[in-house]
Amino acid sequence: MSLLTFKGGIHLHDYKEKSKDAKIKRIAPPDFIYLFLSQHTGIPSKPILEKGEEVEIGQKVAKASGKLSVPLHSPVNGTYMGTLMHPHPLVGKKEAIKIKVNKENSEPFKKTQKNKRTNFTKQKLISIIKDKGIVGMGGAAFPTYFKLQIPSSKKIKDVIINGIECEPYLTSDYRLMMERPEEIMKGVDIIKKIVKPENVWIAIESNKLDALEIMKNTASLFPWANFVALITKYPQGSEKQLIDAITGRKVPEGGLPFDVGAYVQNIGTSYAIYEAVYLDKPLFERVVTVTGSVRHQSNFLVPIGTPFDYLINLTEGPIGKISKIINGGPLMGIAQSQLDSCVVKGTSGIVVQNEKECLEKEPTPCIRCGACVDCCPMKLLPTELYKHIEMNRLEKAKEMGVLSCMECGSCSYVCPANIPLTQQFKIAKNRITKKK
Amino acid sequence: MLRISPAPHITSKVSTKRIMWSVVAALMPAFIYSIHIFGERVILLTLISVLSAVGSEYAFEKITKREIRIFDGSAVITGILLAFNISPKSPWWIPLVGSAFAILVVKQIFGGIGYNIFNPALAGRAFLTASWPGLMAGNWAPPASGTLSGLPTQALDGIAQATPLTLLKVNPTESIAQSLNSTYMLKALFFGKVGGCIGETSALLLLIGALYLFIRKHADWKISLGYIGSVFVFSAILYYLGKTPVIPLFHILSGGVMLGGLFMATDMVTSPVTVKGRWIFGIAGGIICVLIRIWGGYPEGVSYSILIMNMFVPLLDKISEKTIFGR
Repeated sequence: MSLLTFKGGIHLHDYKEKSKDAKIKRIAPPDFIYLFLSQHTGIPSKPILEKGEEVEIGQKVAKASGKLSVPLHSPVNGTYMGTLMHPHPLVGKKEAIKIKVNKENSEPFKKTQKNKRTNFTKQKLISIIKDKGIVGMGGAAFPTYFKLQIPSSKKIKDVIINGIECEPYLTSDYRLMMERPEEIMKGVDIIKKIVKPENVWIAIESNKLDALEIMKNTASLFPWANFVALITKYPQGSEKQLIDAITGRKVPEGGLPFDVGAYVQNIGTSYAIYEAVYLDKPLFERVVTVTGSVRHQSNFLVPIGTPFDYLINLTEGPIGKISKIINGGPLMGIAQSQLDSCVVKGTSGIVVQNEKECLEKEPTPCIRCGACVDCCPMKLLPTELYKHIEMNRLEKAKEMGVLSCMECGSCSYVCPANIPLTQQFKIAKNRITKKK
Repeated sequence: MLRISPAPHITSKVSTKRIMWSVVAALMPAFIYSIHIFGERVILLTLISVLSAVGSEYAFEKITKREIRIFDGSAVITGILLAFNISPKSPWWIPLVGSAFAILVVKQIFGGIGYNIFNPALAGRAFLTASWPGLMAGNWAPPASGTLSGLPTQALDGIAQATPLTLLKVNPTESIAQSLNSTYMLKALFFGKVGGCIGETSALLLLIGALYLFIRKHADWKISLGYIGSVFVFSAILYYLGKTPVIPLFHILSGGVMLGGLFMATDMVTSPVTVKGRWIFGIAGGIICVLIRIWGGYPEGVSYSILIMNMFVPLLDKISEKTIFGR
């Protein structure tokens, strides 16, 4: 079998062996849930309840507001306690709905209506997906209903289901593929009905061939699906690199996948679409890998809004003294300043690092080894860009494509001089876009 | 207290230190063999060279109140490479002066590690050659061990006093060329049984060291292949045109082509960062080397060819920029 891939990137130890065998386990909810109004890219949701009101699991607690927004649903049975500022896993403190969990009432979510799902129109499907609060679950949390409304001028040739999960340590998508292959494929089928592509690709990295086999076993039910293995390489799961690897088409600079007739959606989102359409279930819980230096490597099915420290305690605690808690993988994830930041819809994993793993390295002068140049998946010249930004030549940096940097972290990872390349580009991008 | 820092939160174990000390290790087989064939004086000269390089670096950094970086291994490499570029019969002060020049003038004045334009060891060698030509050329030692029986007496006499390349430059007769092209001679060059600089004797041992660096990705094989390959191809063309009496295999095995192509041209600081730039750098360097050897005033062209290409690095980086994804 010849494996597909893109040019550049890095080979690294994936640390997935730690948590890959940890089956998805539903956890008992914590005492309090903190649902951030801003879970997704776009406009925050608006609370719709009065303080003190009882809420049921799956009940809508905040509505979509504006063009790019989705509603929020309670992941538990409990009491609505109003809103407050709480540590957000991506940035500082944000407004969150607080729900006191009713420990007496552990009624699970129940399907409300009996739908004949086969005859839903495209518009109906999109409205369900919006109403159930579904966003991209790979990290960016872009509202899925919006992504599915492809401009009529764009024809989608290829739908790619992203089962790459290229960040080290994370195994939440892997576990979903191992345990719920048919449900995922039913979700993909819905995407296919809406987008109407020529081809559907299920893309999985070669370090997860067992998951690929299990997914392939569903082929008799979904004969239109193409299952492909890709070389294990970071960042294989990046949208543009994945489209390039499979279709050979390159998304133009500043463009979007539909510009080259491609549509990418990840495994977790496909599964959430299945649950929304087939089970009427809103997106209020997700699989979160809790890994790194914790005693019990886990893949938990977690109510959105569960504090990180609660999850870390469920793993029987950290090994050594906790030094860093990362929302997401170690290459692109965000280090937390507070132990009680909470799971959002885009939280695919929590990586705990102890003191020994978390060494700060002093930067030394660039020795021009070219490792960053070789690995940059966007074909930029990180070392040259860095020098221009250091000299405050932002125009030149822009010309050299710094805005194309997707902050995958590969250059900083390989740099033998520990130069904070990615970090510098992040700052430069902000400065350039703010100037406009 | 949680530590917060921007992503990525893991980094590769490869550090500047690790790269530099790996290069030192890769030079060891050739060094040890050189002691074996030229005697203990090799140890003395190399030691002086390394101490001079490291000492100069320390002194400069101390005086200019910069961070002391002598442990990163880069000055040690300069010291070893400079010693590799001198005759085993050199007086003790030759490596002392050469390494001090290499570090102070070529490396530190330009800003220290990462900022120098020229390969310090090569520029040091050029400085020595210009200042003491008599000591740097024509002062070759015959190998202490390793016999040269089987060669015509005339060639043997020549080799006893000079490197095969000097011999060719001074006395390019048919019989000399014939003996230089002989399998025996080529074997002697490959395994290291001829006179020359401390470090350029055994092509085999240099290749073994370089292979280790290539595998660990601490040196780019593309530069080496480009350089040595282009010396081979270009000298082959000239051989068939009758411009050089010796075969291409002799050209790549003799003199410093192996040492230069494997260890000096691949110096990260003074070579391009792009893949295309590296190919051009290597190939153009090889062509210049052959040009100097055949039409130039020196018997050997390796060091000047690399120094010339060092000057073109910023230009090569500029013209070989990759096309940005999606642009």
